[in-house]
Amino acid sequence: MQRLKARFGDAIREASLDRKQAIVLIAVEQLREISRYCRDEEKFDMLVDLTAVDWPKREKRFDVVLNLYSFAKNERLRLKAHAGETEPAPSVCEIWPAANWMERECYDMFGIVFEGHPDLKRILLPDEWQGHPLRKDYDILKQDTDWVRENLGIESGQ
Amino acid sequence: MGSGKFGNRERAVAPQDGYGRMSDERTTKTISGMDSVNTTVLGADEIILNMGPQHPSTHGVLRVKLKLDGERVAGSECIIGYLHRGVEKIAEHRSYQQFAPYVDRMDYVAAVSNGLGYCEAVEKLLGTEAPPRARVVRTILTELQRIASHLLWLGTHALDIGALTPVFYCFREREEILKIFEKYCGARLTTHAFRIGGLQYETYDGFEEDTKRFCNDFAHKIDEYETLLTENRIWVGRTKGVGILNAADAIALGVTGPVLRASGVKWDLRRAQPYAAYDQYEFDIPTRETGDTYDRYVVRMEEMRQSRRICLQAVENIPTGPIMARIGKVLKPPPGEVYHSIEAPKGELGYYIVSDGTTQPYRVRVRPPSFINLQAFDKMAKGALIADVVAIIGTIDIVLGEVDR
Repeated sequence: MQRLKARFGDAIREASLDRKQAIVLIAVEQLREISRYCRDEEKFDMLVDLTAVDWPKREKRFDVVLNLYSFAKNERLRLKAHAGETEPAPSVCEIWPAANWMERECYDMFGIVFEGHPDLKRILLPDEWQGHPLRKDYDILKQDTDWVRENLGIESGQ
Repeated sequence: MGSGKFGNRERAVAPQDGYGRMSDERTTKTISGMDSVNTTVLGADEIILNMGPQHPSTHGVLRVKLKLDGERVAGSECIIGYLHRGVEKIAEHRSYQQFAPYVDRMDYVAAVSNGLGYCEAVEKLLGTEAPPRARVVRTILTELQRIASHLLWLGTHALDIGALTPVFYCFREREEILKIFEKYCGARLTTHAFRIGGLQYETYDGFEEDTKRFCNDFAHKIDEYETLLTENRIWVGRTKGVGILNAADAIALGVTGPVLRASGVKWDLRRAQPYAAYDQYEFDIPTRETGDTYDRYVVRMEEMRQSRRICLQAVENIPTGPIMARIGKVLKPPPGEVYHSIEAPKGELGYYIVSDGTTQPYRVRVRPPSFINLQAFDKMAKGALIADVVAIIGTIDIVLGEVDR
């Protein structure tokens, strides 16, 4: 973590431990550079998981979360970057090919656009799906009530 | 289905050069044309073939779009999501305990492993731990589940390739394991065997004997499967050199579990970052070098033997004491987040849980091994014969319930 801070300075916003797990909050613009550094210099050779968390009240509402693992050190590291609704996050596909489907899933579920992704399209939901279900403001009942209204012509009792 | 973007029969549009000849363009290009319909551009002798979603050997509703050059696979695309139920969204609307049964429905042939991962993740979030007795019982049941899951894989994988016999043998032994589960918690498949903080049920009278009897019998049974397959000429011919994945590619693609170990990476979470009671037992981590379908077969066979070994050690010495930690009825983990992962039969199964201090998780992310391993399919299938695609899908050991969640 010190090394990361020395190398990237202000781009490392915050470094903390939560339940003994290392979390580093970074500037989203530097995501690709820091990822490459983590892979090449710090030996975090596997991208275990890439996901997002939605905090709608915040100015930049999404957390893009990368869980990294190093075989050499047997350590985990979590990179986090805040991303806004309209600004794209840089894709890490060229660093870890594993990110391909994970970023597609993030796009599918949250609507985060990953810049530089080779084929960013929905993965789990049909192409014509409206909205991004894992956003906090996506109502789980909406689809139901809409269907009932449209097809049965009544208000859903749900 | 059958029309639109992923239509069954996309017309081969051969790009022509200035002289009216077909150019030798072999890569698939997508052109955003009029009406925003993408047209796939193919070489003159290439065709697109759809496999699935209704296909007996895709193990569920997986659809694979193959670009074929004669009998060879020139490219592929997996189309998934047919079984998507929005498990992660459901989690945000349930309490921590209420969500536990849902995780069983992801990898529904290894429900116990799913439950273990989730319960331990929430325990970590709460800053508590299950009592020793609960941890050992969890280990036994999870290892039995690993054997059951591998048996199902072996049976169906062999069936896909054309060996009809093993599936009956495998289901015979799997039945014994499911009987143990049924006696323990009343359910056979979606068991919901564990609770956050430990176990709901004490082991039944004769649990130790049942487990021991199964393990003792099972040693010969694995040998029996091996006599059917390991040196069988057809089996070797259909699996050796098929779907090769080297270690560097496997790591870059995030592949875990037996698939990674067959590529020569000696890495198992039970050893690397032990959970439950795995630090107490001796077992080997089988690896192979080539990373082909045959190697993955050998690795999984050996893994079953090791699971049996762990079960036998664990069942000899189950500590006495409580089976449930004191955690209270209402769970309100302090705000924060945790990532916890276990070695599920298919690979690293991780749970990333964010708590905002209420009774419901703010976000639950499941890191599904099948989903991420399936991504390596394209790499493994490129250049293979179309008949081998079935073998390659089988060898990754996917469960679509987990791929799509």
